[in-house]
Amino acid sequence: MAKKLPAVDVVLVGFGWTGAMIGEELTAAGLRTVALERGGWRDTSTDFAVTFAQDELRYMWRGHLFQEPAHQTLSFRNDSNQTALPLRHLGSFLPASGVGGAGVHWNGQTWRFLPTDFVMRSHNEQRYGAAALPQDMTVQDWGVTYDELEPFYDKFEYLCGIAGKAGNLKGVKQDGGNPFEGPRARDFPNPPLEMAYGPTLFGQAARDTGHAPFPCPAANMSRAYTNPLGVMLAPCTYCGFCEKFGCGNNSKSSPQTTILPVLMRRDNFELRTESEVVRINMDSTGKRATGVTYVDTQGNEYEQPAEMVFLCAYILHNVHLLLLSGIGTPYDPRTGQGVVGRNYAYQVVSSVDVFLGDKILNPFVGAGALGVGIDDYNGDNFDHTGLGFIGGGYLACWNTNGRPIEYHPVPKGTPKWGSKFKKAMAENYLTTATISTHGAVMANRGNFLDLDPTYRDARGRPLLRMTFDFHDNEHRMSDYLTDRAVDIAKAMKPRSINAKKRTGHYSVVPYQTTHNTGGAAMGSDPKTSFVNKYGQSWDVPNLFVMGSAVFPQNAGYNPTGTIGALTYFALDAIKKQYLKSPGPLVQL
Amino acid sequence: MPDTLRRRTVLLTGASLLAVYAGTRSYARTITGGIPWMPGPGDAPTDTGALKFFTSDEAAFIDAAVARLIPADDFGPGAKEAGVTTFLDRQLAGPYGHAETWYMGGPWHDGTKSQGYQSRLTPAALYRTAIKAIDDHCRQAFGGKSFSTLSPDQQDSVLTDLEKGKFKIEGIGPHAVEIEGAKEDSFFSVLMQNTIEGFFSDPMYGGNRDMIGWKLIGFPGAHYDYRPYIGQHGKKLPIEPVGLRGRPGWTPHQS
Repeated sequence: MAKKLPAVDVVLVGFGWTGAMIGEELTAAGLRTVALERGGWRDTSTDFAVTFAQDELRYMWRGHLFQEPAHQTLSFRNDSNQTALPLRHLGSFLPASGVGGAGVHWNGQTWRFLPTDFVMRSHNEQRYGAAALPQDMTVQDWGVTYDELEPFYDKFEYLCGIAGKAGNLKGVKQDGGNPFEGPRARDFPNPPLEMAYGPTLFGQAARDTGHAPFPCPAANMSRAYTNPLGVMLAPCTYCGFCEKFGCGNNSKSSPQTTILPVLMRRDNFELRTESEVVRINMDSTGKRATGVTYVDTQGNEYEQPAEMVFLCAYILHNVHLLLLSGIGTPYDPRTGQGVVGRNYAYQVVSSVDVFLGDKILNPFVGAGALGVGIDDYNGDNFDHTGLGFIGGGYLACWNTNGRPIEYHPVPKGTPKWGSKFKKAMAENYLTTATISTHGAVMANRGNFLDLDPTYRDARGRPLLRMTFDFHDNEHRMSDYLTDRAVDIAKAMKPRSINAKKRTGHYSVVPYQTTHNTGGAAMGSDPKTSFVNKYGQSWDVPNLFVMGSAVFPQNAGYNPTGTIGALTYFALDAIKKQYLKSPGPLVQL
Repeated sequence: MPDTLRRRTVLLTGASLLAVYAGTRSYARTITGGIPWMPGPGDAPTDTGALKFFTSDEAAFIDAAVARLIPADDFGPGAKEAGVTTFLDRQLAGPYGHAETWYMGGPWHDGTKSQGYQSRLTPAALYRTAIKAIDDHCRQAFGGKSFSTLSPDQQDSVLTDLEKGKFKIEGIGPHAVEIEGAKEDSFFSVLMQNTIEGFFSDPMYGGNRDMIGWKLIGFPGAHYDYRPYIGQHGKKLPIEPVGLRGRPGWTPHQS
């Protein structure tokens, strides 16, 4: 029997980036807010200190900051005809557990999506004709535009102290920035990071081959920075332990380094850790959420009533919780009806190793978002006529790390073990650059999330089941991007290159990206979306879904910048409209 | 090396002191002869003392196998010299070996390659099963000889068969052949991945002894501030590798 707790105004399910942002803004607006986090408390000085943070085995390979499948995992299959089997350990993507969420162990690559990304269907149909989008491609417009989001991208970038160079200020192109980006009202809060050698050589080759290289936007501090909340971040030391690690220097933006020092002091805020939400509770009308039920590590069950419920956990947990709570109509791939679990998407990545032989690049002098990119082949920045696909991705040469268990490139044809392998590692470690491609994945009728009929988690709940594969659009696009990366790699005058195309079925085994999206998509039509453009449930107006679960399809960028913008955009409407008059923020 | 040995003595002494005092109510302690330091309880000790998981025969197999995967040669010491067997022994005796964080609930199916590891064996059980199967195979094929007593060329041919899936180990799961990018799909892949881990992880886990792996490729280890070096394009940096517990040169000689 759950113990019923005193009601609060706001309950946050999960306490990563979006939970911290909402907690800060709504406590400032005077609301009593409780955050429930299934993992533990984590902060910089005690959990990520530089005396032990640089431990590749512990953090990356033994997953110290990640969700433990023994506690919760999901099942996976490539298509509906297969039996889904559980991910017994993590691989393709790495959700977190604990305060700060994946915002602790991200790299800090903080992009804006393109204006055309938000009108994916209407834009592409207009430019290429309706036939350019295959029947089973269920992409849709977001219902929100880049122009609406711009002030909130800006707000998130200033919260984080993003380092970069504007390429488009109020419609005027800027030398050295990304010329394809949507217009910005002002430049980045911090200048670009100092650039490493490999990305510098890539930038030169990209320019020589007619592209427009720019320093990638980074949540790694290029100088000391005090954000608008008054929280101070320290200059990045280029230690090369970002993604999969916490930052010991307060140099990488995370909830801990940008918001929590302010939020945790607020009298009207309370964080409960080791508290896992198991259900969203509804009233008898099914139109109003009454709060949530959660369980602590002793197995005690609590009911936390609240006026507003925000799902702020990782996308997979948010969708899982909706399905377990019976909210919304689950998606059925046979009929195409239903919205919860619909339009699950991911990203398609590939890379080209560039063996330079005589140039010492020092890959270990790195930062998570230290790199030079080109956006010439992203979104609809290029003419897709005759290419057989829509969308694209950025190409970048990063100097994120030289952590040797993960990174020991050897030329194509090298034996996988033995003396020749060892010699090749020794000869190429310091002198190899890698160009990566970061491709979008379009929503597809056959890709979705639902509940597994067989496998259950440690609490006895059905696992989330993922049905996903790459389709023709992804393979054609990724091959195209990889070929363009090869063009630039050759212009770097290497001794040899090794192009690693993404072929065949999607596999959960090798790490790719923790950029899962969809399952509670936003849009303008409740038949094809679970939330409106403010992340507000069409069916349950006091329930909001944050994070990438609301992406109707994925774009060719890392998602965190857009997640931040969407969250601040929703908060703005909630503060201006919803709090005065609770109810639907979009009228049909 | 003498420094390392002294430190090891300190470690073992510290551990036995703790054992003596455990269960008593006295908190008074006399500290003498060195720093009463001991590794965190979550860390595998760096000593090369008694095996914690492998039998001596299994350890001989691993010594022989990793010595072929990353051999000692003109380029310097290899995985065996780096202590990869000790690393693996400690890993398999600990949470990793027991698949403590893995989802190990049934039912069990082979699945497809893209569905990943579906063996019901933990890494520890996988090693135990696979080593026995490979040694049995070797005894049959090479006149009663176990893997570790074969010639290097014979060992290479056994490993190659294992890698290419020509020799399948019964009962360990579905996928004998490595797929591109998949790191943990067969025993060979697991062994290779773990060997790389032991060769390149921080020395406190028992492998990468004297930072052999890091020195081979030029990785400076657990540094956290490269600001003076970021602009030094094309230059080999004069940085000695360091582990999370420092490096031997940091501990002053005691005599």
